[in-house]
Parts: sequence; C-alpha cells; structure tokens
Amino acid sequence: MSDLDAFRADARAWLEANCPPEMRQPIRSEADVCWGGRNWTFQSDAQRRWLEVMAERGWTVPDWPKEYGGGGLASAEARVLKEEMQRIGARPPLTSFGISMLGPAMLKFGTEEQKKYYLQQIARGEIRWCQGYSEPGAGSDLAGLQAKAEDKGDHWLVNGQKVWTSYADKADWIFCLVRTSAESKQGGISFLLFDMETPGVSTKPILLISGSSPFCETFFDDVKVPKEQLVGEINKGWDVAKYLLGHEREMISGMGLGSGGSLGAATKPKDPPLRAAIAAFDVDALAFAAMSERFAAMWKAGEAHPASPSMMKYAGTELNKRRNELAMATGGSDALEWDSERSRGGKAPRDWLRSKGNSIEGGTSEIQLGIVAKHILRLPGA
Amino acid sequence: MTLLTDDQKMLQETAASFLAEEGSIPKQLRHWRAIGCNDGFGHGLWKQFAELGLTGICIPESHGGMGLGATEAALVLEEIGRNLTPSPFLGTAVVATRAIAGTAHAERWYPGILSGEAVLALAVDEGPRHAPEFAALEARREGNGFVLNGAKQFVVQGASADMVVTVARTGGAPGETDGITLFAVPRDVAGLEVDNVALVDSSKTARLRFDNVRLDADAVIGEVDAGWKPLKAALAAGSAGAAAELVGVASGTSAMTLDYLRQRKQFGKAIGEFQALQHRAAHLYSEIEIARAAAFKAAALLDSGSEQAELYVSVAKAKAADVASLAVREGVQMHGGIGMTDEHDIGLFMKREAVLGEMFGDIFHHREQVARLSGY
Repeated sequence: MSDLDAFRADARAWLEANCPPEMRQPIRSEADVCWGGRNWTFQSDAQRRWLEVMAERGWTVPDWPKEYGGGGLASAEARVLKEEMQRIGARPPLTSFGISMLGPAMLKFGTEEQKKYYLQQIARGEIRWCQGYSEPGAGSDLAGLQAKAEDKGDHWLVNGQKVWTSYADKADWIFCLVRTSAESKQGGISFLLFDMETPGVSTKPILLISGSSPFCETFFDDVKVPKEQLVGEINKGWDVAKYLLGHEREMISGMGLGSGGSLGAATKPKDPPLRAAIAAFDVDALAFAAMSERFAAMWKAGEAHPASPSMMKYAGTELNKRRNELAMATGGSDALEWDSERSRGGKAPRDWLRSKGNSIEGGTSEIQLGIVAKHILRLPGA
Repeated sequence: MTLLTDDQKMLQETAASFLAEEGSIPKQLRHWRAIGCNDGFGHGLWKQFAELGLTGICIPESHGGMGLGATEAALVLEEIGRNLTPSPFLGTAVVATRAIAGTAHAERWYPGILSGEAVLALAVDEGPRHAPEFAALEARREGNGFVLNGAKQFVVQGASADMVVTVARTGGAPGETDGITLFAVPRDVAGLEVDNVALVDSSKTARLRFDNVRLDADAVIGEVDAGWKPLKAALAAGSAGAAAELVGVASGTSAMTLDYLRQRKQFGKAIGEFQALQHRAAHLYSEIEIARAAAFKAAALLDSGSEQAELYVSVAKAKAADVASLAVREGVQMHGGIGMTDEHDIGLFMKREAVLGEMFGDIFHHREQVARLSGY
C-alpha cells in the first residue's frame, strides 16, 4: 500500500467515526453553511462538533502548516481528504474569507507574530472576516481608492468609506485597503486589519436585485487602529491586495462548476432547440471542469501563470451566468415564483439574479480580460 | 494525470522542435500543395517520424513500438496542428494502429508502420455526415471468404494507403451496432475503385467504390459481427487525437494573430492597443486553455481505461472544434485584408480547422453524444 493509500484509509476511517450524520446532508440553505466567528450561532450541536473536531485535527485548513493551525498536508493528501469528504457527502466544517482570502496572503506577507496570532484563530473559526476593497469612487479602478489611514505616532487614524463589503454586518474583523500616501496611486496603498467593533466603524446592508443583502456599505469615522495591524510594508499594500485577489478569483471561478452534475440530466429538456443549447452548455461545463482540475494542479505546482486566476474567474463566472439563464428557460413559469414554498422561496430566480454579480465582484469580466491581455498575452498598451 | 511527467515533457520538446523545423508550413504544406502532390504529404518526413520512433508511438513495446498512449499521441498532434504538418500520423500511427491492435493484422502491418513505409487508412463514413453505426457497405459470405459491395467517402489518405481498414455490415441493419465487421482491404484489390479527392485544406481523401471485392476470411480484423467494439476504440482514439490537433491549430492561429496585433499599425499605433481587440484575444486565450484541458483529460481517461472516457472524448472533440473555429475566424478577421490572401498563412489554418472539425464527427455530432451519454 502506498503512503497515499494509507492516508486515504486513515482519513476514511477517521471521517467515518467523526463526521456527524447531520453534517453529511446536502446544504439546503444559508444557515447550513458554517461561517464561524464571535457572533456565530451554531445551527445544531452537530455543526459545532464538526467544526471542533476538524479544527482540532487542522483539517479546516488541511494544507496550511501545523504551527498555524493547519493540517500540514501535502497537496496530494489534501486532494485525497477532499475526495473522502465528498464520498460521504460531508459538508465543509468552516467557510470563511479568512481561509480563502486573508490566510494565503497572511502566509506570504505576514510577520511571524501576525501569522501565529491570526492564522490559528482563522483555522478554528473564531474570527469572521470581511474585505474592505471597493469604494464608491473606486470599483474597477480599485487603486484609485481614497479611504485614508494617517500615521498618528502610536496608531493609524482611518477615515473613509467602503462599499460591497461582503457580510460586513456579520463580520468580526476587516482586512482593508487604505491610502497611506497621496504621492503614488498604487504605491500609496497599505493593507490594514482591524476589529469591526472599534469605535467609528459602522455598516449598512445593501438590498440586491436577488432580494438578499450579502453586501454592505461600511463607514470609517476616526477609527483608531494599532500600528502593528498593518500587513506587509507600508505603501506596498497593492502587492498584498493583488496576491489576495488571485486567491479570491480562484475561489470565485469555482462557480463555474455549479453543483457538479449535468444540467441536461437534471432538467431533461424536451424542446429540441433548448436541448441543443443545454448540450452545448454541458460540453462547455465539462471542459471547464477539466480546466479547473488542471489549473489547480498547475497552480499548486507553480506552473501556472500568476495572472491565470483572472482567466479562470472570467471563464467560471460567465459559465455560471449561462447555467442560470438556461435553468430559468427550462423552469419556464415555475422559475418566476418569488416566495412560494413550491419554489423553495424562489430559489431559481434569486440564484439567477445573484449570478449576475459573479462577473462584477472580485473584478469585472472586462477587468479580467484586460489583465490577461496585458500580463499573459503582453499586448501593447494594455 | 493533470500534469505532464518528465518523460512526457521530453517527448513534447522533441516533437515541438522536430515539427517546427522539418514540418513547417513552407517545407511541407505549401511545398506539397505547390507541386500538386497526389499524397498531400511527404514520405520523406514520414520516414523521419519513424526514425524518431513516433510512427510506433502507440504500438506495444513487445512489437517494437514505444508502447505509449493517447496522452503522448496528443502531445505530438498538438505540435502537428500548430505547424499544419501534413502526415499519416493520426490516421496510421493512432487510428489504424488502434483498429488492428491485438489481431493477426497487427503482426502483418506493425513492422511497416514502425519503419515509416506503410500508410493505413480507415473507411467508415458513407455519407457527408459522420454516423458510424449506419454503415451499410455489404459484406456477403461466399465460400471461404466475403464479397464486398458499397461505397465509402472521406477516407483520409485512402489513395495513398497500402491497406484500408473498412467498416462493413455482415449482419443487422444500418443503425444497429451488432453485425458490423472490420476488414483489412489491400488498396490494389480487384473491384476497388479509388477516387482521390483534394479537400479544401489540400489534404487528400478518397471516395471508394466496392464492386464485388472478394476477400479471404483472414481479411477479417478481429471477429465477424463484432467490429463495433474495436471500431469504437479506433474512433475514440481518432476523436481524441483530432481534438489535440485542433488545439494545436487554435494555438498556432492565436500565436500568429497576436504577433500581427503587436506589429500592425493603424491610427498611429499597434492595433493590439485597441481594447476591442484585446478583449477578444483574451477571450480566445481562455477558450484555448479550456479546450487543451479537455483534450488532455480525454486522453488521460482513455489511457486509464476509465468509464468516463467516452463522454470526455466527445466533450474534447466538440470543445476543441468549437474553439479552433473561433480562433481561425478571429485570426482571419483580425488580419484584415492580408488574411484573405492566399499568400498569407492564416487562411491555411482556417482550411485545416474545417477538415479536422468534420473528422470523426463534428461539433453537433459530439454534443449529441454528450447529451445521450448524460441521459437526456
């Protein structure tokens, strides 16, 4: 038996013994997703227990180093663990922007003290994070951001406004881009962390066309932030921001995979032109799934171009929008019901409308294409 | 397998430098086209393939070949596509080699394939659209052998082939997969009329007419009435191979077009500075990456004997043809007037894409397979 086979056998036995049966049920609503954090109300004892045993083993972040609360697994082992979790339908024990976005950036740019302090809390699901990037005047032109942090000797004084801050009203802490110098656009940005309970921080949810409010406006009014909560070097926050965006885009590209099954198999389209459109979609979706696998392997092996998450994000989100368009078409008038029980609270139209944001959040499709043109294709003037 | 092994990377480098050098457009495609060659490819180059061991890439080591699989064949085919190199590689070294694998015909033909002397072809299509289960060419038992009557078309390099693997019906009705038998038909057999047809890309395919062609029983490849399984295997190898070649065509087109976008100046600047073109080029890049991933996934699944291989072969062929078609249309459009000239190479990519897209079933054929295999 190879080492990997032995690992698989161990992981399988451990999951079998430790994953509560309730945590092997498909995710049905937002409440089934465990985000953790200071104010998290566990939906059930099983949800709490599942997070605790997985965090204990370092498997909320299987490929992070052990000293920062991870499982220290090699990428092949992490893949096996994922397969074994999928095999029994185990839910992710913890979903968080700390895991998918801040953590990777912290591992690369954080000081030893910062890594020790923040990463373990992220791994255990003790802090729920939000991301302060966009501003009313800085969307696609993110580096034009104006929220500023002034050096007041023993602290930073932060003033300004962020927008599209995901779950800011539920988050404990924020990782935030702030202007620390007006001398240079990209070279005057720093990456700051602070507690959302700090005096001067306030949030206001934004109601979306999908009827939900996953995003907020976030306001900073003379917010005092301790000096040691700056990650990376002062005025070099753009490097941290870009690296983190790569991980965010990689995460968002996963939307392209949908729930994994064939759309045609799920909807059994009868109308020939619709069936043909869905078959064309299924070809693209399966091809994208192959790309996603290949990209993950290349990214881990360091063989992927640093700008390639932009390509993945573009392809995955455009595909997900198409999936939702076709799902609406197959649903016909059923898919227009907004709050009936029969429609599971209007899941189809709400998902469809929410998917329109996929190619906007994390950098629009047009921004991603521009990045590919400039950094991968090296076209002039891009 | 999602990343290449060191051996595979070495093979890729060998194929890339060999084909860029010896298989280039001026040395091969334009040369044979200009002199009106009957084969549409050069036998000298095929001998060079053999010297590198590439003609035996899919022949087992026990028979003197490299004993490699669909993944390695795909690596070579991507380079063939990039350089538009005309050769019997796909038809002979991949498809026919697969069709006769494990039979007495392998003993007969593998040595010639290994030495680069033999060219083989596959005769399956009988109408303008690929529908292998509708094969109707009749093979009637007579004495110790068979008499074949019917017609085939789109037989790649059929007029150059020493032997044509012919799909015939010994039982059942067109549309049924039982009753199909594969025959090894020598090209010079009595009663076989061969019409050598030049296609849009200057490659040659044959229309074959079988008029009471008499074959001995030992011409049967494998078992009588049980030809569907080896035929499917050969067609899968062919579809996966054509997908990889299409990815090469798309990559070659894209590289040539990007060069043009950097060089061509209008309104006082490189046209590649215009965002309208940049975004289309970036979209195309994204699509080509996805098509390549699908092609290599299909090849890997064929190599591991996975149940999912059939589905992914159709995904790969449909996606690669779709993307290569986009690449050549964008390529010609972005080249402007010069792209319409015979002198410029970009049009050659458009012509090759059209032929490869049709080979072993077009986009619509393979989308239909995906729907059927997915249960709708």
